[in-house]
Amino acid sequence: MQRRACALAIVASGFMAGPASAYMAYVSNEKDNTMTVVDTATMQVMKTVNVGQRPRGITISHDGKQIYLCASDDDSIEVIDTATLEIVDTLPSGPDPELFVLSPDGKTLYVANEDDNLVTVIDIEGKKVLAEIPVGVEPEGMGVSPDGKTMVNTSETTNMAHFIDTSTHEITDNVLVDARPRFVEFTPDGKQAWVSAEIGGTVSVIDNQTREVVQKITFEVAGLRAESIQPVGVRITADGKKAYVALGPANRVAVINTQTYEVEKYVLVGQRVWQLAFTPDQKTIISTNGVSNDITFIDVATDEPVQSVTVGALPWGVVVSPK
Amino acid sequence: MTSAVPGTLAAFLCFFSLTVNVPGALAQEATAGQPAAAAKPEKKLTEIKIGYLRAYAPQLALSVLDIPPRDEGVAGGNVAIADNNTTGSFLGQKFSLDVTEVKPDADVVPAFKDMIAKGNRYVVADLSARQLLSIADLARDNGILIFNAGATDDNLREEECRASIYHTIPTRSMLADGLAQYLIWKQWRRWVLIYGSHERDQLFAEALRRAATRFGGEIVGEKLFEDTGTARRTDSGVVQIQRQMPVFTQDLPEHDVLLVADESEVFGTYVPFRTWTPRPVAGTAGLTPSAWHPAGEQWGGTQIQNRFAKANGRRMVSKDMAAWTAVRILGEAATRTQGADPGKMADFIRSDDFSIAAFKGQKLTFRKWNQQLRQPIFLGDTRSVVSTSPQEGFLHQVSELDTLGIDEPETRCVLK
Repeated sequence: MQRRACALAIVASGFMAGPASAYMAYVSNEKDNTMTVVDTATMQVMKTVNVGQRPRGITISHDGKQIYLCASDDDSIEVIDTATLEIVDTLPSGPDPELFVLSPDGKTLYVANEDDNLVTVIDIEGKKVLAEIPVGVEPEGMGVSPDGKTMVNTSETTNMAHFIDTSTHEITDNVLVDARPRFVEFTPDGKQAWVSAEIGGTVSVIDNQTREVVQKITFEVAGLRAESIQPVGVRITADGKKAYVALGPANRVAVINTQTYEVEKYVLVGQRVWQLAFTPDQKTIISTNGVSNDITFIDVATDEPVQSVTVGALPWGVVVSPK
Repeated sequence: MTSAVPGTLAAFLCFFSLTVNVPGALAQEATAGQPAAAAKPEKKLTEIKIGYLRAYAPQLALSVLDIPPRDEGVAGGNVAIADNNTTGSFLGQKFSLDVTEVKPDADVVPAFKDMIAKGNRYVVADLSARQLLSIADLARDNGILIFNAGATDDNLREEECRASIYHTIPTRSMLADGLAQYLIWKQWRRWVLIYGSHERDQLFAEALRRAATRFGGEIVGEKLFEDTGTARRTDSGVVQIQRQMPVFTQDLPEHDVLLVADESEVFGTYVPFRTWTPRPVAGTAGLTPSAWHPAGEQWGGTQIQNRFAKANGRRMVSKDMAAWTAVRILGEAATRTQGADPGKMADFIRSDDFSIAAFKGQKLTFRKWNQQLRQPIFLGDTRSVVSTSPQEGFLHQVSELDTLGIDEPETRCVLK
């Protein structure tokens, strides 16, 4: 496959940052090779930026200065300057990067390489691969514990969550979950890892001490077939009280009480909802709705959808700038 | 065959999930292009031997592009073995595929007995209906599970269904229903049907007639295309076909779509663009229903397509997917039951907990009444996927996938 990651970069010279209090949401649009920048206060699209081919996983440096974007079909991770919205660099990612997670110290990216059954560990500053860790078939979900000591990868055909020691880069535990595990999210206290299973239709809550599944959360929406409920993105509030789970073609985001594991609400958003991101003030959570080409702003206090905003084609991932 | 899973692991077994603690580096089984981790032989490998019994003879096709690959099906089975072994490396399980070929009209009983003697408890079969039935009772009496990855015959899931046979390849009625739903969704309701003179052509024609009745299509005219034994390819063949096909289709009544039932590759490829009236063609030519499409990339399909192409140097076709699915089902059963006990694995496959993910957008399960794997049907031309069925709006009280093929209330299957 050709590497032409930077060739498509467009200089976003006219871009101006919004008011200081506003956050920017950055949405990767898988189908049209763009990233949409949305002001979360006004809920207006500020800019659409051309990026590499098939942009999917997206995250941002802790200082908010750089966006990291998986350009899957270019086999690279693009580094985008948030001030200029220019692609300023690429990182070696291994083939077909889909999803990644940034270490809590902001220095390391852990990348799932779907095609090669590998997790690649990348030193961002040195732009070098520190390790390649063989995992199960079709690695996808990536999570890291708040203390940075444990990284978890899910493999979609092996159906396991692989717990990896970040100091040795070795797998310490393999936890079997349901079919096509897509995403890992640690609770803020680091005690649990929540793993969604898209085809299995469940979220497994894994105890990070015993590495056992302590709870399996299932979903039921009146009038919807069980097969259409396909959990993907998971986000947990900073106070650890609520979990949000994107349910794919069920077109809903489930709101779960983390104490009781009960689903307290299903928020209707757009079609095929996959990924989620909070604003740093935790007042809003944003969903990417692939098939309806939009994102939905959900009020975290009321769990009501506030507004949907049209972005690019097949929005995949979303990240919001830190304060 | 005994399970080599350490007894301590049993403590972690729970109903839906289990945890396996594997300290240190893991032995990665030979997966192409993957750096091998340092192998620590700290646990004994449990071997799961799968047989692959195949009727094979070189086949001709009207287009050289349609000649089946030499390793059709087997290649899919091998990719699934590699997948299972990657997973198995975390669990101390090793899978192997033992392929035996026989002639399409051969007696398969000796080959099947050989497979049993060699310790294969599971056999993926790409055989004719007659050959499958000849080994079904032998399989039952020896506790062998057969996975049919080749025969689309409805009667193997109906009058002639057997408890020892699971079917991962869809039936002709599932394929025809998948196509018919799309034509109805398009509101192209008036069909004419040209069918070949061989048994399998007529079986597919019958499936299309049934689909018309079921979904509200109307077959306004039919015509038999007799196989007079002509060579499939000659240097000046195109000249004649260009003149013959319009004449052959001239007397058909007014229609929206021309359906072709020619599994035998006698005339179907020659129908599109050569008809008397300009109408789309569907069936075994034109818009074709299938279990898989070489260009399908939806639902994570890119991943299996890339993996398959890298391993085999060609694109993945339906039979490859049916064999991949069969071998993956056994891998899933071994993972979930934590061992290789054929009884436990069979119980799991038969249980309500069983499902398999096969890049088709939803979990696939077996129809309990005839052991056919429920699955969406791809509709495509030679280059791309046009749609997948079931189509929106075709509802069902159990699973929309059961709008495809013969449903439980209609089944004549009594598993034995």
